[in-house]
Amino acid sequence: MGVKAYLNFEQVGMSFRRGTLATEVLRDIDLRIDEGEYVSIIGHSGCGKSTLLNIVGGLLKSTTGEVFLEGQVVDEPGPDRAIVFQNHSLLPWLTVYGNVRIAVDKVFGSKKSSSERHDWVMHKLELVQMAQHKDKRPHEISGGMKQRVGLARALAMQPKVLLMDEPFGALDALTRAHLQDSVMDIHAKLGNTVMMITHDVDEAVLLSDRIVMMTNGPSATIGEVLDINLPRPRRRLELATDAEYTRCRAAVMEFLYSRHKLPSRAA
Amino acid sequence: MPSVAQALKPAATVVADTPAPAAEVVTLPVKRPPLAERCGPMLRELASRLIPPLIVLTLVLVVWELLCSQSGARLPPPSKVVKDTWDFIVNPFYDNGGIDKGAFWQITKSLSRVAIGFTLAAIVGIALGVLIGQSTWAMRGLDPIFQVLRTIPPLAWLPLSLAGFRDAQPSAIFVIFITSIWPVIINTSVGVRNIPQDYRNVASVIRLSWYEFFWKITLPATVPYIFTGLRIGVGLSWLAIVAAEMLIGGVGIGFFIWDAWNSSRISDIIVALVYIGLVGFLLDRLIAALGHFISHGTSAS
Repeated sequence: MGVKAYLNFEQVGMSFRRGTLATEVLRDIDLRIDEGEYVSIIGHSGCGKSTLLNIVGGLLKSTTGEVFLEGQVVDEPGPDRAIVFQNHSLLPWLTVYGNVRIAVDKVFGSKKSSSERHDWVMHKLELVQMAQHKDKRPHEISGGMKQRVGLARALAMQPKVLLMDEPFGALDALTRAHLQDSVMDIHAKLGNTVMMITHDVDEAVLLSDRIVMMTNGPSATIGEVLDINLPRPRRRLELATDAEYTRCRAAVMEFLYSRHKLPSRAA
Repeated sequence: MPSVAQALKPAATVVADTPAPAAEVVTLPVKRPPLAERCGPMLRELASRLIPPLIVLTLVLVVWELLCSQSGARLPPPSKVVKDTWDFIVNPFYDNGGIDKGAFWQITKSLSRVAIGFTLAAIVGIALGVLIGQSTWAMRGLDPIFQVLRTIPPLAWLPLSLAGFRDAQPSAIFVIFITSIWPVIINTSVGVRNIPQDYRNVASVIRLSWYEFFWKITLPATVPYIFTGLRIGVGLSWLAIVAAEMLIGGVGIGFFIWDAWNSSRISDIIVALVYIGLVGFLLDRLIAALGHFISHGTSAS
């Protein structure tokens, strides 16, 4: 561990208080993510994985422990940890272009001229294949397109870590596959450090360098970390019959559905 | 052959180039079917909207005519209304000095009072609404007071404002103000409180200052709510101005009615009522259209 980790979780824990009752959601999260690494956090719903992402994003403050990004303590939201929200969170009164531009103007307002910022926005929109729809408003485009714009907005902030909170969760299977391919392309081009929350095993194996598997809450923590040693670029068709892919997939399934299966809430 | 092709080429380019900018400007009409086909359904749609109210209106007028034409009827039938007031209807711009002015001047005077009072109410109402929406403390402090004050009928404020201003004109404006401000405050504060957490998250990730947050998130997100409040407010202020003018006198459609009653010009009253209804309807539509325009059609009007 001689090399300093890029994004470092040290003993992160989180409790929510409601009146006198405190519920511990996360405990003892220790994790190191290297620069350029694509890490997925997977777990059953309610295991606090979104809470963990919100702590990195600075939207929540951990009750114990700290998150460090390049050695700096993370304690407030900021564009260096841009978030792609599950429900896209586009501003409905702005166009596709305007939604990206508002972030670029704020983040690069003092560093880039107006025309540079325009080019920057257009470049990110081209990256997610939304340039031709730049003048549409969010209600005029499909769910997958909205998520592309959300991704463009996050990329446009040139974040040190790209945080994605179940970015494809609300999409149909075909659109999701399409977007996953786009994300792989972009990750290959830009080499972003990515932390992605997901509950989809295939998605996690396909996209990640490492999969962090969470135990069930309350008091969830990291159960196991799995390295995915699949060469990139990865093609979903070829991987379907790949032995390593199948092994990784089985390992995650085994963790989720056998050792840490959700206790039955029926009866 | 090559020479033919060369000769054609520039022409083809010109043909291709010239319509391009035009097509860009009128993207929609290009896709539309020819005028005749387009107008057919539109006219039919228009007719289906217009014919029912016209039939009902005619029926109402006929019944009214029959009921009021009998001897001993206390109210004039529509035919007599039109005959009595024909001069007043066709000459809206006459001005004989004093309060003897045409319908246009009477309505304009009333509208100008509403415009001042309502504009003040909109500015103060939106500001207070934002304050209440953003600050829990302000909400807890002010909301109970507002909930009591807003139930006070508009005219109940008039004596107090006459005592305060000692002048009819500002008193009437104050009554408009105090009548129309409550729905603006309440709707604006609900709008601000309903700003989705998602927008707040986005704003905090890109680190908007409170000032930028106000202009770039709060106002646009609240516009549909604000205009709902403004629409209710303008309706209420038009209700209030007529009653207030009856009491303060002078030029204005409200006192015109009262004056007509005092001189037993019942037909004039009926025409004035029609005008008041039409103007109120137009005011409502004006604010709705303004809201639709400002919110780029994202608000339900």
